[in-house]
Amino acid sequence: MTKVVVAMSGGVDSSVAAALLKEQGYDVIGMMLRLWSEPGKEDSNRCCTPDSMGQARRVAAKLDIPFYVIDAKDVFRETVVQYFLDGYARGETPTPCLICNRQIRWTFLLEHALALGAEYMATGHYVRIQKGEDGRMNLLRAVDRSKDQSYVLHVLDQEKLRRALFPIGDYPKTEIRAIAEKFGLPTASRKDSQDLCFLAGEDYRNFLQRNATEMLRPGEILTRGGTPVGTHTGLANYTIGQRKGLGLASSVPLYVLGKDSGTNSLIVGTREELGSQELTARGVTWQSGEAPRAAFRAEVKIRYTAKEAEAWVTPLDADRAQVRFEAPQRDITAGQAAVFFQGDLLIGGGIIL
Amino acid sequence: MVYLDYSATTPVDPRVIEAMTPYFSASFGNPSSVHRYGQVAEAAVESARETVASVLNCKPEEILFTSCGSESDNLALRGAAYAMREKTGAKWILAARAEHPAVTKTLLHLQKYEGFLIEWLDVDEQGLVTPEIVSSAICDSTAVLSVMYANNEIGTINPIREIAEVCRKKNILFHSDAVQAAAYLPVDVSALGVDLMSLGAHKFYGPKGVGVLYVRKGTPLVSHLTGGGQEFNLRAGTQNVPYIVGFAEALRLTNEERYQRVTHVQPLRDRVIGGVLETIPDARLTGPMERRLPHHASFAFKDVDGNLLLTLLDAAGFACSSGSACKTGNPEPSDVMNAIGLSRDWGLGSLRVTLGMQTTAADVDVFLVALPGLVEKARKLR
Repeated sequence: MTKVVVAMSGGVDSSVAAALLKEQGYDVIGMMLRLWSEPGKEDSNRCCTPDSMGQARRVAAKLDIPFYVIDAKDVFRETVVQYFLDGYARGETPTPCLICNRQIRWTFLLEHALALGAEYMATGHYVRIQKGEDGRMNLLRAVDRSKDQSYVLHVLDQEKLRRALFPIGDYPKTEIRAIAEKFGLPTASRKDSQDLCFLAGEDYRNFLQRNATEMLRPGEILTRGGTPVGTHTGLANYTIGQRKGLGLASSVPLYVLGKDSGTNSLIVGTREELGSQELTARGVTWQSGEAPRAAFRAEVKIRYTAKEAEAWVTPLDADRAQVRFEAPQRDITAGQAAVFFQGDLLIGGGIIL
Repeated sequence: MVYLDYSATTPVDPRVIEAMTPYFSASFGNPSSVHRYGQVAEAAVESARETVASVLNCKPEEILFTSCGSESDNLALRGAAYAMREKTGAKWILAARAEHPAVTKTLLHLQKYEGFLIEWLDVDEQGLVTPEIVSSAICDSTAVLSVMYANNEIGTINPIREIAEVCRKKNILFHSDAVQAAAYLPVDVSALGVDLMSLGAHKFYGPKGVGVLYVRKGTPLVSHLTGGGQEFNLRAGTQNVPYIVGFAEALRLTNEERYQRVTHVQPLRDRVIGGVLETIPDARLTGPMERRLPHHASFAFKDVDGNLLLTLLDAAGFACSSGSACKTGNPEPSDVMNAIGLSRDWGLGSLRVTLGMQTTAADVDVFLVALPGLVEKARKLR
């Protein structure tokens, strides 16, 4: 029997993923990662609370599959949390979940799965994989577009895609619940929150305050022309497009346009100045395994929740790509991912510079 | 699957199940009842008590049935501590650093909520408590001393008789947790000289959920489970008749077949120890080679996550355990690993392999073939 490890969270999606694979005749092993938390806050880590661990254990028992928890605290701290801190230090708004997907889930956990003799690893993500005519694995958006999670999985390259199974991407969420009921599995979803697991439900600013106080240095607020208009409390406290809470007296509303970490200054401007028609992405993963030779048209998503926008994407080198939108986009934020789609097909994605 | 975790628990012997079966439904009476249903149940409990007493070489009224070894430890330590404080004002409790959590956590509780003072006795690098250490630690205000007969994690057998002699001379109460030892070592309390001794049935092919506390006649003890007058007013609650019958039968068989059992597991154990130390680099035996439980092999591997090794072993079809085992992915070296002075890079990589009557030479051989590769895998994944 082909062995497959399912990354389980205790929620309905990964539980159904495990149940479906078992029904398809795989030898299924459940696994969960113990991630890093600030000392004393271990019970509030969204991804591995004692509750979710107990839930996953019960699901595994129900499905009669083995279940193991793997300690990933150190590697998570060294990669994901460090990336988060470094991102803010550079004046970006980092998305550590991408790094977790690439380094922790699809590297660290995958290595453990392979060491256990598994050929595949599966998760409860709403996304699909299809083998193309050329033998390459294609990553496709979920049948249920409203649940599609391909944005966060653009970090998967061919090597990882060959090991990946996403059993629930072919179903609408309602059907997943029905399948869960049929198998007698819990039907509750894990709360769909964008909070980072290691923030333990708190605002990220509190975390930075405790773990990187030096990052919250006050500095000047400047217009694009360089005119000082006020002081800020630390670049990490602001997001691109933010209007409220700047504490500026101005006849027109001012918005955060950008951050200059070199001079520790926050750049503000009017609504008209906000937005840009261009961005450059670095660390681009091309799902096909190689960068397209020419510029191509694509629908580009610049945040997990953003709507896709029409654009031309030009590969610059192995690592970078330039995106030119048909219309200016508000809130292009350094540190977030820009992901390129053509219809259902995921072409690639990288981190906005 | 190959089961190599008999120190965690054992399968119930079919002969024990057979002895227990009538008392679930056919003879279901409450031993405290006046009527004949009750009399049948009472007779079963008292006959079990006599059986246990004859194996322990003591009087039946010195045997209390409890729900498990941990409860026996609790009753012994709390009961003796309260009674001695009342009787003599003694406030000190002594225990070795390598004791089972049923002892250590109970003492920490007594310290925090009852104001008792705890002194932890050092063990040597093999986990051994010497009579000399005991002798230098006890004093007039010692309420009770607790030293385990054999260590669950590293298999060390303590010199219980010699320690008991030291206590007897100074008139100090001596409790020994014999939960691990009872499966293979003689538990003659007259020979051992203990005042209190804890046993649990599921380590010797009896059911889970039943234990015994031996209480030498005249030992001051206060009940900590109050209610009806069962178990000589020391442990309230309707007796778990079928399990008590199961305990007695399992202990009787263990005593009767002791020689066969030891001669079955010991050569297999030696094969495990020899094989592991020969084939795996940066490996060491934890606990002594002599003075060791005959079914027990335990190791430390440098730079290995013991929990991960157990996962790899399980996936490969071998059920073992570890001193740092933890199902929540938060491994820490156990108190025992710390007590025998292992540094963290060794202490996290512990492995316990414990054999039993169902273990075969073929089991040991496939295990010895598989383990080196799995240790190497665990080292690479670290």
